Amino acid sequence: MLLEAPFTEQKIRALKVGDMVEITGLLFTGRDAVHKYLHDGGKPPVDLTDSIVYHCGPVVVKENGKWVVKAAGPTTSIREEPYQGPLMEQYKIRGVIGKGGMGPKTLQYCQSVGAVYLHAIGGAAQVLAERVVAVEGVHLAEQFGSPEAIWEFRVERFPAVVTMDSHGGSLHAQVLAESTEKLARLLG
Amino acid sequence: MDAKVLQNHLLELIRRTSAELPTDVVRAVQAGLRREKQGSSARYALQVIDDNIIMAKDKSQPLCQDTGTIICYADLPAWCSEGKFRKAYEWAVVEATRRGYLRQNSVDSITGKNSGDNLGPGSPQYHFHQTPKKALTVRMMLKGGGCENVGIQYSLPDTRLAAGRDLEGVRKCLLDAVLQAQGKGCGPGILGVCIGGDRGAGYVAAKEEFFRELDDTNEDPRLAKLEKRIMKEGNGLGIGPMGFGGETTLLGVKITHRNRLPASYFVSVAYMCWAFRRNGCVLTEGGKLSRWLYDS
Repeated sequence: MLLEAPFTEQKIRALKVGDMVEITGLLFTGRDAVHKYLHDGGKPPVDLTDSIVYHCGPVVVKENGKWVVKAAGPTTSIREEPYQGPLMEQYKIRGVIGKGGMGPKTLQYCQSVGAVYLHAIGGAAQVLAERVVAVEGVHLAEQFGSPEAIWEFRVERFPAVVTMDSHGGSLHAQVLAESTEKLARLLG
Repeated sequence: MDAKVLQNHLLELIRRTSAELPTDVVRAVQAGLRREKQGSSARYALQVIDDNIIMAKDKSQPLCQDTGTIICYADLPAWCSEGKFRKAYEWAVVEATRRGYLRQNSVDSITGKNSGDNLGPGSPQYHFHQTPKKALTVRMMLKGGGCENVGIQYSLPDTRLAAGRDLEGVRKCLLDAVLQAQGKGCGPGILGVCIGGDRGAGYVAAKEEFFRELDDTNEDPRLAKLEKRIMKEGNGLGIGPMGFGGETTLLGVKITHRNRLPASYFVSVAYMCWAFRRNGCVLTEGGKLSRWLYDS
C-alpha cells in the first residue's frame, strides 16, 4: 500500500504490523550522532513535525556539483532505543525507518504519540538508493561526517514493512518469543 | 610489478568485492527465496535482496552502504615487500572511497572525527604472510557493522546455557548466538566459528572461516556433522530473513578449532550478513592478474 506525505497521525494509526508499504515524500536521515545531539538538547536544523526519520548512513558523492546517492540502506535501529521515544514525542515524529526493530520503550511511545516503526531491507542499498529521486539538503555534515549527517531525501515508492505499530503490535517481540520457545524445546 | 599496476589491480579488487556478491552466496540466497511462502514478508525480503544483488553489479555500486571493516589478507612473495603492498593498497582504498565504492567508514574512537578516506589506526586491517610461491595472493572482506555487532564470544562452562566443555556445549552456544542475533545482523546470516584459542585468536580464526565456499564440507567429520546440525536447527528457530519470521535464518555455518589453555575454553562466533562480501585475486610478478578466487 502507498504511504504518502503528509504523514498525519490518522494515516499512521491506520497502519498495522505486517503491512508492506511504499513511502512517497520527504525522509530525513539520522543515526547515532544526530539522535544523541537532539536528545542532549541540540536544535533540529529541519522541521520534524509529522516527519519520517530514516536510520541510514548513506554513501553520497558530489558529481558535477550535484549530490548523488550511491547507496542508502538502513542501519541497525536498536542503538537509538534510549533516544527514539522521547524524540518522537517532543517533535511528533510519526515514523522511523530502520532495521532490526526497536524495543519496548519505543513501542510504548509509538502507541502514545501515534507513530510506527518501518523495517527496510537491511543491506539492500541499491534498491533503496534508486527510490531516492532527489537530495534536497544536508545538515550537520561538517560536525558529524557524511554518514552521520541529516540528509533530506525525496523518495518515491520506498519499500518497507511495518513491524511495530501504534496499537502495541511488534513483529520483533513476537518472533523473539516464538524462537525462544522453539530453542527451549530443542534443548529440552 | 610496477607500483601503478599493483594499485589498479587492488582498486579493481575493492570495487568487485563491494559491488559483486560471490556466486556461492547468490545461490544460497536464491535457494532461500524458493523456500519461503508466497506473499510472506520473508519472501519479500529475499526478493528485494535478490534484486539488490543484480542492481549493485549492474551499476557497479556498493551492495550495502555499510562497506564495513576493510580486512585484507596478503600472501607476499619475495618481490613484494609489506611496505610496497601497504602503499599500493592504501592508494586503492582512498581512490575507492573517492569513487563511492567504499563509504567514509573510519572514525577516530577518541574524537569521533571521520578521517574521510578510510585510513587511520587499524584501518584498513592487514594480515600479512610470507609465501615461497612466485605469485601474490590477496584476499579481502568487507564486513559491515550490523553483523559485527551481533558477534559473540562464550567462555565455557556457561551456567545460563548449561553448556559444558564439549561439542554439545558448543552447539548450545551457537544456537544461543543465532537466537540473540534475531534479525539484527541482517540475516539470513553465516556463522564463522572458532572453538578454542585465546580471545583474540578465536575471533581472527572465526572470521577466516568466511573464506570457505558456502557449499563445501568441513574436512573434520566431527565439525562437518556439527555444521550440518546447526544449519538445520538454526533454520528451525523460525527467525527468518531480517527477523521477519520464516525458514531461512542461516545461509551457512563454518567451524574451525585452535588449541586452548587448560584454563580456557572459548567459543568465538563471528556473524556475517547476507551481504557477504569477500573476494581475492592472484597476481604475477609481471603484473598480470592470473585469476579471481571467487566467481561473481
